[in-house]
Amino acid sequence: MSMAAARADAAELLNASYDVARAVYQDLNLAFIADWKQKTGESLTIDQSHGGSSKQARAVIDGLEADVVSMNNPLDIDAIAKAGLLPLDWQARLPNHSSPSWSPILFIVRKGNPKNIRDWDDLIKPGVQIIIPNPKTSGNGRYSYLAAWQYARSKPGGSDDTAIVFEQKLFANVPVLDTGGRGATTTFAQRELGDVLLTFENEVSLIRGEFGADKFRVVIPSLTVRADNPIALVDKVAAKKNTTKAAQAYLQFHYTRAAQEIFAKNGLRPIDAAVLKAHAAEFPAVNVFDVDQAFGGWPKAQADHFADGASFDKIIAAAHR
Amino acid sequence: MTLSHSQSAQTLPFEPLMQRNAAITEARWVRATLTAIAILFLAGFLLLPLLSVFVTALSKGIGAYFASFGSAETQAAIKLTLLAAGIAVPANLVFGLSAAWAITKFEFRGKQFLMTLIDLPFSVSPVVAGLIYILVFGAQGWAGPWFSAHDIKVVFAVPGIVLATIFVTFPFIARELIPLMQELGTDDEQAALSLGASGWQTFWHVTLPNIKWGLLYGVLLCNARAMGEFGAVSVVSGHIRGLTNTMPLHIEILYNDYQFVPAFAVASLLALLALITLAAKSLLEWRFADQLAATRRH
Amino acid sequence: MSTATVAINAAARAPKRAIPGFGTTLGFSIFYLSLIVLIPLAGVFFRASGLGLDGLWHVLSSPRVLHALSLSFVAAFIAAAINAVFGGIVAWVFVRYEFPGKRLLDAVIDLPFALPTAVAGIALTALYSPNGWIGELLTPLGIKVAYTRLGIVVALTFIGLPFIVRTVEPVLREVEKDLEEAAATLGAARWHTVSRVILPAVMPALVTGFALAFARGVGEYGSVIFIAGNFPNLTEIAPLLITIKLDEFDYQGATAIAAAMLMISFGLLLVINLLQAWARKRGGTQ
Repeated sequence: MSMAAARADAAELLNASYDVARAVYQDLNLAFIADWKQKTGESLTIDQSHGGSSKQARAVIDGLEADVVSMNNPLDIDAIAKAGLLPLDWQARLPNHSSPSWSPILFIVRKGNPKNIRDWDDLIKPGVQIIIPNPKTSGNGRYSYLAAWQYARSKPGGSDDTAIVFEQKLFANVPVLDTGGRGATTTFAQRELGDVLLTFENEVSLIRGEFGADKFRVVIPSLTVRADNPIALVDKVAAKKNTTKAAQAYLQFHYTRAAQEIFAKNGLRPIDAAVLKAHAAEFPAVNVFDVDQAFGGWPKAQADHFADGASFDKIIAAAHR
Repeated sequence: MTLSHSQSAQTLPFEPLMQRNAAITEARWVRATLTAIAILFLAGFLLLPLLSVFVTALSKGIGAYFASFGSAETQAAIKLTLLAAGIAVPANLVFGLSAAWAITKFEFRGKQFLMTLIDLPFSVSPVVAGLIYILVFGAQGWAGPWFSAHDIKVVFAVPGIVLATIFVTFPFIARELIPLMQELGTDDEQAALSLGASGWQTFWHVTLPNIKWGLLYGVLLCNARAMGEFGAVSVVSGHIRGLTNTMPLHIEILYNDYQFVPAFAVASLLALLALITLAAKSLLEWRFADQLAATRRH
Repeated sequence: MSTATVAINAAARAPKRAIPGFGTTLGFSIFYLSLIVLIPLAGVFFRASGLGLDGLWHVLSSPRVLHALSLSFVAAFIAAAINAVFGGIVAWVFVRYEFPGKRLLDAVIDLPFALPTAVAGIALTALYSPNGWIGELLTPLGIKVAYTRLGIVVALTFIGLPFIVRTVEPVLREVEKDLEEAAATLGAARWHTVSRVILPAVMPALVTGFALAFARGVGEYGSVIFIAGNFPNLTEIAPLLITIKLDEFDYQGATAIAAAMLMISFGLLLVINLLQAWARKRGGTQ
């Protein structure tokens, strides 16, 4: 086959990525392959591997030969770094802490917003059903949980203690914990369960496209979280496969105007101010916080909230007794 | 044992005609009730789920259904699934025959222990079934560094997928053959051997004809499960599009992209593959009905 | 006790004409078993042992883990029991009665093996969720299936069904009708014939099928996570906890739960196999 022949003499990159980045990378890879060919004359193949972010990180640690990883939180890349496959200071190697795009968590409600959901406080009212994927198994769930926490403690008189109570009320309204973000969307859109779905902004256009544009409405809460999508070179693998140069160029390419446009087209907020401005209609202003500022970094947030026996485990046990 | 008594009674040359008479069947209402229960049970648990798969697969028309199989990635997934099943089934076939022979033709210490070990893969969670190969062949595993140094990829490549498939379908053929060969006993083999047949001849001409239906059954079940396995393969696959995605993994990807029609179309193809092999089995049974009856009377 | 009976048995059967191939077949079987199953599985125990006894105890004695383990085992047991009853009836009807569509139904039985578990989970959730074909009928009656423990049982029943039907069916075919006829001519009522002649003959197969369906159900993951609510201490199954621990990069905790599940399953399967061997021998000496 021609593909096999091409593989034999051309460099081959593998990008191990999280679940929902599939569509973005289909476009972005094609653009980079063309760009690389034009600049160097070399033809390049980029294979894609997608799965749950932590699962992908584990696969790379256990020997999946990915030259490049792209995840939906830095913690999973930290884990790969701890296994010795890339330096611990990987975030400093590329602009914007190695995150070329980001997305906020938003609310999606049903047509006409029958439960009149405008902000976080409306979610904890009795009788409201919320669809959030399991924070233990999905990045989506983790970000939603942290956003709720930060909202609750930023309110006048708010503290970590009031945040716990807020989360308990929130998760008492959650009827099912799907293991992944896409599963939660299906529960909300196809099984028609729940009044509001918490998900990333970049999921909205896909959901509207697949399940009907007029069936849902987006609600932007007064405060939400900024989910960065970091990328990194897996040094050891690239060195072994002798692909470091191409892999580095691929990562740099994420910050070019062309790539930033591709992010924007796929619903991810670009970090390039000019591109963001050009797409201002699709990306309305949001009041976001950063996990690093608000929670002292991802490792601390993980230990305080999502580790075995930490806050989330206590909250979910109390919420569903 | 009760059954072997009835069996030895059966080897008498003048066997009573098997007739359906009132004494050996049930009242009409009992038959109707039992049949209704069976059909309702199967409808709720099997037919409706199957139907819902086909309904979704065909929801955008027959054209969309067939278009689902057109993508290169789908075709690569189908090929990989056939390859994995094509290796796993023969491997487990050889093992199944060998284990069933050892267990049913001989008495030895620890036989029950061995049989339980053979059953074990059924009870291992698919999540763990994949993980065990990572623990051995992964970069952090015992054997991983050695394989890596010799540039042999096991996990996150086709060999790992084949291994995981072999593991989850490990007991099927042995499990199907052991009770059957226990039933049959060793008398036929003893007779053949005393007439001077070699071990192989005895196996080919005496044992194999006796067990061929059970064997076929085991192969079909093993094959169905080999093609349908999701969890274990998912752990060792690496999910590289077009390279290490099997049909079940590809279905998950499609489903997660909200491509419900292609996802369920590929799922329906798996169901059809299972149905085709079963139809082949039914056809063979019907074609060789006389022979089959003769085998059963053994 | 088991080894003693086996040894006596070996002595009793020894003088028969020697069938060849014992060394080869047993040797190959054990080699293949070790290579594919035992050595890789040993890795689970090896990893888990890194925790030490205290660490193991700490993981396994947490209420959440205990709840998940008991949920997995109890739900698998109930599902296997449902399958034993209804699967038994299905096998009986298939073997003994004729009705339209029998061939098709017979062919569909193996479907739970061929359909990827995730597809099964999705299809069952679609059917049993409140807006599904079956859920719609059950919701007015106040019965909730999807996202409850009942949903887990439904998924495991689906997964385990072929085991019962396919182990009982061939044996039921083998039960000779003339034995029943004999019983009938001796004046036995039909119910007596069934319970005294047929049931004992089918029992070993039924128990085997039950054991296999049960074992399979305990570890099932793919189909259950769609239909269970996945709430800790409520609808969270043990394999999901293993996945969660893995996602936290806690291999030791994950393998500790896996090892515990393996030990319990192995123990139960061994007891069932020994009971069967014992029943066979007792039956043989009668």
